[in-house]
Amino acid sequence: MKYVEEFRDPKLAENLAAVIRAEADSAREYNFMEFCGGHTHAIFRYGVQDLMPDNVHFVHGPGCPVCILPVRRLDDAIELADRHGVILCSYGDMLRVPGTKRRSLMVAKSEGADVRMVYSTLDALKIARENPDKQVVFLGIGFETTTPPSALAIKQASEEELENFTLFCNHVLTPAAIRHILDAPEIDPEEAVRLDGFLGPSHVSTVIGSQPYEFLADKYQKPVVIAGFEPLDVMQSVLMLIRQVNEGRVEVQNQYARVVTREGNERAQDLVDEIFEIRPAFEWRGLGSVPESALSIREKYAAFDAEKRFEISEKVSREVKSCECPAILRGVKKPKDCKLFGNVCTPETPMGSCMVSSEGSCAAYWTYRRAETLAEMAAERDLEPAQ
Amino acid sequence: MCLAIPAQVTRLGDDGMATVSLGGVVKDISVELLDKVEVGDFVLVHVGYALHLISEEEAQRTLAMMAEGGLLDEELAEIAQEGEAA
Amino acid sequence: MTPASKARFRKGERVAMSHGGGGRAMADLIRNIFAHHFANPLLDQKHDATLIARPEGRIVISTDGHVISPLFFPGGDIGSLAVHGTLNDVAMGGGKPIALSAGFIIEEGFPLDDLDRIAASMGEAARAAGMPIATGDTKVVERGKGDGVFITTTGIGVVDDAVDIGPHRIKPGQAVVLSGPIGDHGVAIMASRQNLEFGTQITSDSAALHHMVADMLAAVPDIALLRDPTRGGLSATMNELVDGADFGLIMDEAAIPVRTEVASACELLGLDPLHIANEGKLVCICDMDKVQTLLDVMAQHDEGREARCIGEVCADQPGFVRMKTAIGGMRVVDWLSGEQLPRIC
Repeated sequence: MKYVEEFRDPKLAENLAAVIRAEADSAREYNFMEFCGGHTHAIFRYGVQDLMPDNVHFVHGPGCPVCILPVRRLDDAIELADRHGVILCSYGDMLRVPGTKRRSLMVAKSEGADVRMVYSTLDALKIARENPDKQVVFLGIGFETTTPPSALAIKQASEEELENFTLFCNHVLTPAAIRHILDAPEIDPEEAVRLDGFLGPSHVSTVIGSQPYEFLADKYQKPVVIAGFEPLDVMQSVLMLIRQVNEGRVEVQNQYARVVTREGNERAQDLVDEIFEIRPAFEWRGLGSVPESALSIREKYAAFDAEKRFEISEKVSREVKSCECPAILRGVKKPKDCKLFGNVCTPETPMGSCMVSSEGSCAAYWTYRRAETLAEMAAERDLEPAQ
Repeated sequence: MCLAIPAQVTRLGDDGMATVSLGGVVKDISVELLDKVEVGDFVLVHVGYALHLISEEEAQRTLAMMAEGGLLDEELAEIAQEGEAA
Repeated sequence: MTPASKARFRKGERVAMSHGGGGRAMADLIRNIFAHHFANPLLDQKHDATLIARPEGRIVISTDGHVISPLFFPGGDIGSLAVHGTLNDVAMGGGKPIALSAGFIIEEGFPLDDLDRIAASMGEAARAAGMPIATGDTKVVERGKGDGVFITTTGIGVVDDAVDIGPHRIKPGQAVVLSGPIGDHGVAIMASRQNLEFGTQITSDSAALHHMVADMLAAVPDIALLRDPTRGGLSATMNELVDGADFGLIMDEAAIPVRTEVASACELLGLDPLHIANEGKLVCICDMDKVQTLLDVMAQHDEGREARCIGEVCADQPGFVRMKTAIGGMRVVDWLSGEQLPRIC
């Protein structure tokens, strides 16, 4: 696989690891937040942490669209499938996420709702064409990467006058979330993590470019390196961040230059702008209400907006109490700090979204680093004074 | 987030669709999000859509940087100059 | 279809409730399709139950239900799979095959043409393996209450008294050998499912492994363990072994063979090849100094030509399967959680 295997080469990895070890200043700590779940997944799947010196730390950010979707919005999607009798199409990732009372789309399906896993909005459109007498709703989730395909689907449906297709729009915006983490007005300063820099999103940036992150360097004085998702991309980006920190530079650098430009994909941006507008605020699991952080469908395309076509009831949605997903998503706690981790919360019986999504931090620690994490938890328990 | 993979365009349709090939797997995807694409180009595919072209030149540059221990452009240029001078 | 077989049922004929009703229609179905393709001396006894002469050694028995969709896939079909699946389980116990029983649950309306193809493939696989289908059963369920056809097979075999295979013989320091590239079956199946729509030349690895196993046991009689990594892939098999055990397993990602097409399909769908199903592969645990002997024997068979040592049994971190990653890090290898769903992130 061209452009994949080269970036997993063990020799180059060894080389990069040696340079990082040589250049990381042993007198200080480096805390870098990888915003994207894709980076979290790559770091754990390839054991990148094992090749880093002890003073280089990854702080896992909220960049997993499955994890940050609030329970309320998931409950709404389940209601669409349950009560309005639609064919609800979703990417596979969302199907097992527990909503209120741990009821997921998969459970709704087993109870008779017509929930279908699709790979692409193209498949959802096809299902709408093949079932003209049924309403087909596509559950749109994701960051700027997944938004253009949703926009195209609406445009296509509009051109074809496909009257039975709507989008339940939950698309969210990356820069707004990063800004919110740094402002973090609601976070106790004592629990806040000092971040020395960001590994910037890979595929989000192919669409929006590197330009939208420049405020991070200008206003917040945080180094940023747009990083690819392959393990060597992550390692090289860490090296670039270490160099910025060591030299006192604060810049937006682009390690993922093979697909990311400063401007991004302007055709896709224009299309998104034509179909969507910015919501005044949107609820993120873990972050609370974040201003101007999500998209809704413009009035012109209201006919394709599931929120306008169906009456979605007011409801009280509940997350599992004592689930630490919110703090973990902000990077202020680690999965081992959650009492539920590995105890009652596992990928088979997930209590929160961070354990369901393969990009969630809890799932990553459980799946790839369980042995070490459980040992650490046991050691910490032993240290606690007897009560 | 956002699983996406590099694949090579092997056929262009006239309906905004294209066939791509990735290590022996072929798939029909939409290239509507690209301004311009030709057979032979490598594109980044996400949920059935090509998001961006892949630059071979930049990929080679990145790999060269990794091989040099992640040296920055200027340092690479310096090495090249020294090489020429020698 | 040959003219001779055409006469066995009407063109376009479908399975009706009467085919499972115990009357003439059922007798015709059994004679014209199953008995026609399975024909062997054991089945020809025509009893309610089949008598088999007592063999020397111990009896091994295994059963497996087959509910695969689609029924026909590149490299096989539910019929050959129903033979290989059970036959391999018998072989993993160190058994030489004796006979197979087959139970069919058929959905009303299922084309007889398809049933005939499946039975033909099953008969052929059983003959090739030297494991006659000695007895069977047919039931028909109403339309909508099945998914075409389900086949449950039970196999019996005989194990030499000298052979002792089982998890109790696994010890730290032993080697883990894998017979070939992983994930072919699962990817071939996914490629032929309608909603995923991708093309690949990959075919299922569905195959009978007992000939190779017989040669392996002849060369290295003290093999500690044999397992075929089917559903849940290699990771499930490895995790089953360490579950509650006083040892762990360490694999080397670079040593695990995966075909490019399988790796690519996994990248496309966001899946891990370690979780993808196989139907013609085996994992063998043996003493480290026997590895080369085994690899030499396995290389004599199509099913083992790409066999490799992929890891070892370790004493530290008991209960965990770990893997040295392609770039030199370490990670745990977990079971597949939930259903295998393609993901976007």
